[in-house]
Amino acid sequence: MKKESKVKLSPILASLCLLGVGLSISGAAAAADANLARNLAATCANCHGTDGHSAGGMDSLAGEARDRLMQKLLAFKSGSRPATIMHQIARGYSDDQLALIAGYLSARPAHE
Amino acid sequence: MLNRRTFMKGLAGAAALGGLAACAGNTPRARPHVVVIGGGYGGATAAKYLRMWSQGAVDVTLIERNPAFVSCPMSNLVVGGYRELADISVSYAALQSKWGVRLITDEATAIDHARRTVSTTANGVLSYDRLVLSPGIDFMTAAVPGLEGNFERLPHAWKAGPQTVLLRQQLQDMPDGGVFAMHVPKSPYRCPPGPYERACVVASYLQRHKPRSKVLVLDANTEIQSKKALFTKAFQSYGKLIEYVPNSDLRSVDAASRSAELEFDRVRADVLNVIPPMRAGSIAVRAGLPLVNGRWVDIDWLTMEAKGVAGVHVLGDALQPAPGMPKSGHMANQHAKLAAAAVLNLLAGEPPSPAPVLTNTCYSFVDDRNAIHVASVHQYDADKRQPMPVEGAGGLSTAASDLEGQYAFAWAKNIWADMLS
Ligand SMILES: Cc1cc2nc3c(=O)[nH]c(=O)nc-3n(C[C@H](O)[C@H](O)[C@H](O)COP(=O)(O)OP(=O)(O)OC[C@H]3O[C@@H](n4cnc5c(N)ncnc54)[C@H](O)[C@@H]3O)c2cc1C
Repeated sequence: MKKESKVKLSPILASLCLLGVGLSISGAAAAADANLARNLAATCANCHGTDGHSAGGMDSLAGEARDRLMQKLLAFKSGSRPATIMHQIARGYSDDQLALIAGYLSARPAHE
Repeated sequence: MLNRRTFMKGLAGAAALGGLAACAGNTPRARPHVVVIGGGYGGATAAKYLRMWSQGAVDVTLIERNPAFVSCPMSNLVVGGYRELADISVSYAALQSKWGVRLITDEATAIDHARRTVSTTANGVLSYDRLVLSPGIDFMTAAVPGLEGNFERLPHAWKAGPQTVLLRQQLQDMPDGGVFAMHVPKSPYRCPPGPYERACVVASYLQRHKPRSKVLVLDANTEIQSKKALFTKAFQSYGKLIEYVPNSDLRSVDAASRSAELEFDRVRADVLNVIPPMRAGSIAVRAGLPLVNGRWVDIDWLTMEAKGVAGVHVLGDALQPAPGMPKSGHMANQHAKLAAAAVLNLLAGEPPSPAPVLTNTCYSFVDDRNAIHVASVHQYDADKRQPMPVEGAGGLSTAASDLEGQYAFAWAKNIWADMLS
């Protein structure tokens, strides 16, 4: 199993790097799972809508600039951005995971 | 990113394997077929995400006994008279028309996991390549002598629908000065904060309309099971209207007199809302899946398959939760996405994701508009082989607020859309 995932690792890692996703060591987890960004972003959908298309009452995240999204998530995580709940949730993710989420949602079309 | 071609290539192999299963059942299929039992928070989400993430390459059949989805979250507001049942009901139409899910409104009666088939009451036997099972809970009614067959006089309202309306009706018919008694079973049960939310919402109705009445919360547990400090404060804000009694072991009930026999006390009420002890939906029990304490399905967290039962993925309230994981609709939705991703990987001949993440957010109302929340994030721990709550993440509201009440309504709107539209 180990061997198998290593074989698959390199091309995906390469393409993620091309996309400019800032990956550090834990980026290996992303490489072992081609759908990691999609799966991580799906954890946001309960409140922010499928693929970040809000059904109302929450911010839509689809198509928002990646850097802006990332900035917001990191500000929630550090506590510098006031929130009722997002500071508690953002702290549950590594910075790499937040970067994958921001990358995935920013690449969704803003409108369905 | 896994592109469509590789995925289809993988699925072609899976389809060939699937042919084996199809031989045992009915029509042979060219494409993989996933059957989902239960169109609630877990099952409906799984059905949609399987279709969405496979870009239609996987056939999905959803078996649900009810003609429409009725939400348990927000149903306490119906009991309190602040919402109608229609406000918390959603049609299954978009799952069919937009996502191409085949919907069968029927009862799944048996699962044969060796042959990979599901029997139904009116639609014969269906064969599957993989089964997603999200049947929610069923009640262990026999554990409370006197309860069997008496849910009309002693409504549980712990599955939303006619029971919710019935409890609302009984509350409305209650005289001013009457007693609304609720019994909370020992944990674990569906929705840890749910009973305390109900006590608050009922009290808020009574305060306005029947202020001499009383809400008696008889809790089998030693203390409030979720958001304790926040609910304690909310209870206090209702003064004498709410009385909370921990360690209330229920021995039996008498439907005719609406009374509850406790270990040291006997309580007669005008409305008696007994939330019975519960376990995994009976179809899971009948299917012979491995159960923890005879109640909850034991699963492998990377695929969500029942332990030792390949091809049967179990979600939602029916499973034995990982540490710190509540039986909530939010969590069932997250289970569904983990399972959908795993099912598609497995059908494509790939291993499941090695590092799944799940979150939980539960809002509770303390009256008709102010809400409080509890949140957590769960990251897979490879050593423990299950998701673990992230330390330092998650938490509670600082206080009940109108803003969080608005978020609670928005949560419902968005999660219903995430499952069903
Ligand atoms: C009063 C109350 C308030 C709640 N509030 C919240 C909240 O605010 N937030 C939150 O996240 N959670 C809340 N919950 C919890 C939430 O409702 C459950 O955790 C959630 O419904 C679990 O999803 P599930 O898919 O496991 O089960 P369900 O949503 O119950 O779905 C199971 C489905 O399977 C169907 N089914 C079962 N067996 C069969 C069969 N053999 N054949 C055909 N169909 C079958 C059932 O009809 C049902 O539709 C609340 C619960 C209650 C009771």
